[in-house]
Amino acid sequence: MTIKARIIPCLDVMHGRVVKGVNFVDLIDAGDPIQTARAYDEAGADELCFLDITASSDNRDTIFDVVARTAECCFMPLTVGGGIRTIDDIRKLLLAGADKVCINTTAVKNPDFIAQAADKFGDQCIVVAIDAKRTCAERKNPYWEIFTYGGRVSTGIDALEFAQKVVALGAGEILLTSIDRDGTNAGYNIDLTRKLADSISIPLIASGGVGTLDHLVEGIRDGHASAVLAASIFHFGKYSIYEAKQYIAKAGIPVRFDGYGKADE
Amino acid sequence: MRIAIIDYGSGNLRSVAKAFERAAYERMIVAEIEITNDAERIATADKIVLPGVGTYTDCRKGLEQVPGMIAVLEETVLRGGKPFLGICVGMQLLSTRGLEKEVTPGLGWIKGNVVRMIPGKQNLKVPHIGWNTLELLVPHALFKGIPTGPNGLHAYFVHSYHFDCTNKQHRLAITDYGGSIAAAVAHNNLIGTQFHPEKSQHLGLRFIANFLEWCP
Repeated sequence: MTIKARIIPCLDVMHGRVVKGVNFVDLIDAGDPIQTARAYDEAGADELCFLDITASSDNRDTIFDVVARTAECCFMPLTVGGGIRTIDDIRKLLLAGADKVCINTTAVKNPDFIAQAADKFGDQCIVVAIDAKRTCAERKNPYWEIFTYGGRVSTGIDALEFAQKVVALGAGEILLTSIDRDGTNAGYNIDLTRKLADSISIPLIASGGVGTLDHLVEGIRDGHASAVLAASIFHFGKYSIYEAKQYIAKAGIPVRFDGYGKADE
Repeated sequence: MRIAIIDYGSGNLRSVAKAFERAAYERMIVAEIEITNDAERIATADKIVLPGVGTYTDCRKGLEQVPGMIAVLEETVLRGGKPFLGICVGMQLLSTRGLEKEVTPGLGWIKGNVVRMIPGKQNLKVPHIGWNTLELLVPHALFKGIPTGPNGLHAYFVHSYHFDCTNKQHRLAITDYGGSIAAAVAHNNLIGTQFHPEKSQHLGLRFIANFLEWCP
């Protein structure tokens, strides 16, 4: 018996609709997050991640509705992030059916929020998202700097140091995105991923840059990630979850099948 | 049959209710699934479910704050023998005490402490998050039709604390994470799972259907 590496498709949701497009042949409405979630549930994804990228605060409530409707039909783990600012935001997401919440900008601006959230809901449900980029400004040695607001705002904070801090405060997992790699299809930044994963006692989800199934293997085998997150390679039907798992299993990494997804072949 | 899911301010009640509805539908069992904080409705239900997401202390407080709830549970479940399922912290609350953040008394129905997981020699990460297989220690109606063992179905875990049962015979199933961890506990009409059946896809829905059909 051993814990299995998790494969996590990530859906960007704006005003209650999936953006960046999902290109499954059998979806009638590719913009409907619930239909997309169902497809991933049936394909045997190990977890699903919704990232709410709604910019304005007036449409924020749509994500609660999306999570609630997803939890009605998908009996799989859900992680939800984007725009979380208060304890009440977390409570509403958990009540709607999320299992974990992903905190990014608020965690960087006010790290004590992590402690408050972990104290209330337990460390197991608090994921801290770290978006990092290699920079060398104002320092002798280049370092991994954290960026907030979807990678737009530099903070001057060292990602490796910040990771130690959030673990001590009660974070239960880290979602690490390499901004340099995000959207490039060039693969995870393995150097950063491994350095960070090896330095913390909590699981790490690797994100940013997946273009091939080898990249998923590298994230786990070389980057020491507990889970791998990807968007476009799954959304555009380049690979199915089942194909990804078969490939990872062939590389000697234990994954979960449970009879899912074979019909997709 | 009416299943009461106890609403005491803990998260994920909806997910649990929806999974029960789905499991009942798939097995063609007529069951009314009710989320309630009314002690009277709990007392008259056929089966009772205590979900739980949060810290041990917080969940215990929530349970105490529902008027008459603990008394009704002791009357109908502990003494009355009504089938009861505790999930995650809902299962941990069956213990004598929880040692998360501070020492908090549990319901004390199954002896043992809820303690922090230790990474062990393999340098495992805590929390234990993800899919793991189960080893069934005793045949039980709740695991009917569920393949267990290294090649069996997987259950979804997300926790940092685990139930260290005083009497190991109360452990119904274990999983391996730097040592054996109680994945399910059982004692007469009481069942508890550390994993989340409502999030465990195939295994979870089958387990819930088995609970619906269970006559201890």
